[in-house]
Amino acid sequence: MFKRLLSNDLPRDRTLAVLLIALLIALAFAPFIFPGVKALGIAAKVLVFLVLVASFDLLLGYTGIVSFAHTMFFGIGAYGIAIACTRLGATWGAVAVGFFGALALSFVLALIVGLFSLRVRAIFFAMITLAVASAFQTLASQLSDFTGGDDGLNFKLPELLSAGLSFSEEPFLGVALNGRLLCYYVLFFTALASLLALLRIVNSPFGRVLQAIRENEFRAEAIGYRVVVYRTVSSVLSALFATLAGVMLAFWLRYSGPDTSLSFEIMIDVLLIVVIGGMGTIYGAAIGAALFVVAQGYLQDLLKLGSDATAGLPWLSALLSPDRWLLWLGVLFVLSVYYFPSGVVGRLREMARDPQSKH
Amino acid sequence: MKQMDIDWKPLMLVPLLAVLALPLIGSGSTWLTLTVAGLAMGMIIFIIASGLTLVFGLMDVLNFGHGVFIALGAFVATSVLGAMGDWTGSQELWRNLVAVFPAMLIAMLVAGAVGLVFERVLVRPVYGQHLKQILITMGGMIIGEELIKVIWGPQQIPLPLPEGMRGAVLMGDAAIEKFRLVALVVGLLVFGVLTWTLSRTKIGLLIRAGVQDREMVESLGYQIRRLFIGVFVVGSALAGLGGVMWGMYQQNVIPQMGAQVNVLIFIVIIIGGLGSTGGALIGALLVGLMANYTGFLAPKVALFSNIALMAAVLLWRPQGVYPVASR
Repeated sequence: MFKRLLSNDLPRDRTLAVLLIALLIALAFAPFIFPGVKALGIAAKVLVFLVLVASFDLLLGYTGIVSFAHTMFFGIGAYGIAIACTRLGATWGAVAVGFFGALALSFVLALIVGLFSLRVRAIFFAMITLAVASAFQTLASQLSDFTGGDDGLNFKLPELLSAGLSFSEEPFLGVALNGRLLCYYVLFFTALASLLALLRIVNSPFGRVLQAIRENEFRAEAIGYRVVVYRTVSSVLSALFATLAGVMLAFWLRYSGPDTSLSFEIMIDVLLIVVIGGMGTIYGAAIGAALFVVAQGYLQDLLKLGSDATAGLPWLSALLSPDRWLLWLGVLFVLSVYYFPSGVVGRLREMARDPQSKH
Repeated sequence: MKQMDIDWKPLMLVPLLAVLALPLIGSGSTWLTLTVAGLAMGMIIFIIASGLTLVFGLMDVLNFGHGVFIALGAFVATSVLGAMGDWTGSQELWRNLVAVFPAMLIAMLVAGAVGLVFERVLVRPVYGQHLKQILITMGGMIIGEELIKVIWGPQQIPLPLPEGMRGAVLMGDAAIEKFRLVALVVGLLVFGVLTWTLSRTKIGLLIRAGVQDREMVESLGYQIRRLFIGVFVVGSALAGLGGVMWGMYQQNVIPQMGAQVNVLIFIVIIIGGLGSTGGALIGALLVGLMANYTGFLAPKVALFSNIALMAAVLLWRPQGVYPVASR
């Protein structure tokens, strides 16, 4: 039963299994273990990024396609909910319209981009998606009547999910049982279901074909699989999951703007997480997202310590400034592409399979 | 040398676009202003894109971090020009040129030197592995951008034009900014030198041969790797020069400018055909004109118009206007 749930793709390493279970428990009971608005916000962000990054892994890690338009689909999800809820009011009908509208738009766009550009080589696809994504971002900030421009949109969700609604007078284990908590668990179960669904996809015969295309496109074609079709389906699926992640983000933030969902910085974050966590292992997305989002807070504190300690040396101090944390992540990224192409998860699995390399 | 067969059709695209835009814009003087602005912008983009397209053609390396050299050149220029305030503040044009010339030269030197390091450290270990190349050069871009922030700070820095290059010249009713003419001249100069080097020197011959068939050149005993390093460094230096021009065109510089320009550059080299310098020129001019015309007619869709242009060109010639052999 458990094996079936994970689609026979077990962690295959004790450390990894422990990490994953710890992460699952931490996220499942986050409102009770880490009280406070900020900690819950971080946990919710981990959930959103988990889905976003896992969907990108389907594309990059399993199919070997580099797309820079992934945040476009993320943004479509976030804006879909935001625009529907501002226009139609805070009703469930509006949420449904936004959700399905966003999915439909993502589907069509991913199909168009895929059919037009997946016939060509990886490099073309990467360049074209980069151009399309940046044009989309400009468009979103230009159409300010519709999208709120650079300020974005603040909106209300149906009352069931708002902090104002209480289910019980008594707090349970010190936590108020309100709509916000319900919203967190909606996110949690959506993320869990998406992750299991993605595991199912990559371990299906379809997923095996994708991996075959990644390893040797020509050979896959020769065996009789239509590479373009498989690649397009993979990019459409991945776009749909990214849209779902965008919807989750909109649910949590009740806000949607270019910086939170469409910006190129987010694309870079996603790329960093996939590579550091481990390409081609859906679990890598989970570990990577958690590490990254926590590091975003933690590494900055650590750098601040370093920066203060080296205040005498202005150059070193500037390098260690907390604002420059992306520099160190960039270095880590390059090193991991060189030395650990399979990321944290891949490395752990290698050590489990071959204890000799554990020196 | 025998006259080469030149494919004229793509060359006609540029005047065609300009003529098509005329009735839409209506006023002839506005059209002239926009056209000169577009051509100037196109020349600057060409300076940046020429290096990238050669690097790709020669070694099959696509450098997603090319944008870093643009930003680097522009930031170096702010420092150099800032240090020469007396010269840039002068009304006389020759004194301005004396200030701008070393700024360009130093920017090119710095960008070229960083390019050498970039090639050694980042690009060399991943020859022939496209996926890793994209990831690594992207990582290089993140690191480079952050280092620029460390040195010059994350904020926007103004890069005022020297006094003598400000203002506009009147041609009939059309006002044409002086700097745009300067950009046109510099761009034509770069194009001239590049074309001369590629078509009339031995190195140029080797580069062109390498773009067409790398293995053949290698088997004739030439070290294509050494050639490639040279092209990479020159390409980075040209990006630095383009960065100076772009910064002066925009009159301010931000660390993220590299990533912004990168998008345009990619469109240009796809339109031109990867590896083709002449194609890059046509692509750059088309993109520059398109950006200025649509910026005037329908500013909201400016970037999309360039993508539409790219799609249209690719429908006509799927490998770009000047496809390079063996690609």
